[in-house]
Amino acid sequence: MDILLAFYIITGVIMLLAAIAMVNTRNMVYSALYMVVVFLATAVLYLIYQAPLIAMIQITVYAGGIMVLFVFVIMLIGTDKMIHEEHIRWHRPLAFILTFALVAETAYLAVYRFGQPTLTLVNQDFGSPNEIGLALFQKYVLPVEVTSVLLLVAMVGTIVLAFRKEKMK
Amino acid sequence: MIPLNVSLLLSAALFAIGVIGFVIRRNAIMIFMCVELMLNAANILFIAFAQAYGQIGGQIFVFFTITVAAAEVAIGLALIVAIYRSRHTLDVDGLNELHG
Repeated sequence: MDILLAFYIITGVIMLLAAIAMVNTRNMVYSALYMVVVFLATAVLYLIYQAPLIAMIQITVYAGGIMVLFVFVIMLIGTDKMIHEEHIRWHRPLAFILTFALVAETAYLAVYRFGQPTLTLVNQDFGSPNEIGLALFQKYVLPVEVTSVLLLVAMVGTIVLAFRKEKMK
Repeated sequence: MIPLNVSLLLSAALFAIGVIGFVIRRNAIMIFMCVELMLNAANILFIAFAQAYGQIGGQIFVFFTITVAAAEVAIGLALIVAIYRSRHTLDVDGLNELHG
């Protein structure tokens, strides 16, 4: 059809395969690395959707920061302690049935509600850092301020949780 | 260009993989990573619809979602490390001491 759609589908298939591998792999370090592949593929999808700034944020924050945090905690705890035992017999088939129902419903909606292709190149400036910055600091300035409080809470909470042991001694 | 239903199907499939992982894995860190996968699936749809309707608000929402996810991961991993220090396990079936 057109080259952008082919590119999109290839990236999507890579993303789904990496996600399946991530869920299936027993070794958690490999899982974290597959997760990085998923995040990078998502960043490519964002670029196709005219969101270059969000794509770069995705790479730096998710693939950079968050995954390093995950790998660090996995290394700290050690993967040999992660013994996987099955406790409930019926939850695996139930998970597949319910998830299949979810996907079937979404597929039905996707085919019958959003049949017409509506994606077009809106305008060349859409999603540029300039436009996002203006929107963030004019229309959405209150959420930005609330987010700063949230980050402060997260920082204080993490420090309290991490140092609790030392304080008790 | 890309039909919107393709992105809907892709996002639903990614979300489904996240849900399956969330239910069948018993390790707290793996469950946490599957939550991130589901957040990612929702973000893709936000970006797709933002472009389909020409509204910048969807991208702004993803911006804030990524911020909240970063804060959530920091707190969650600190909690996991704290649980591991006191219980010496990350198996969520073993963490059941709170029932009355």
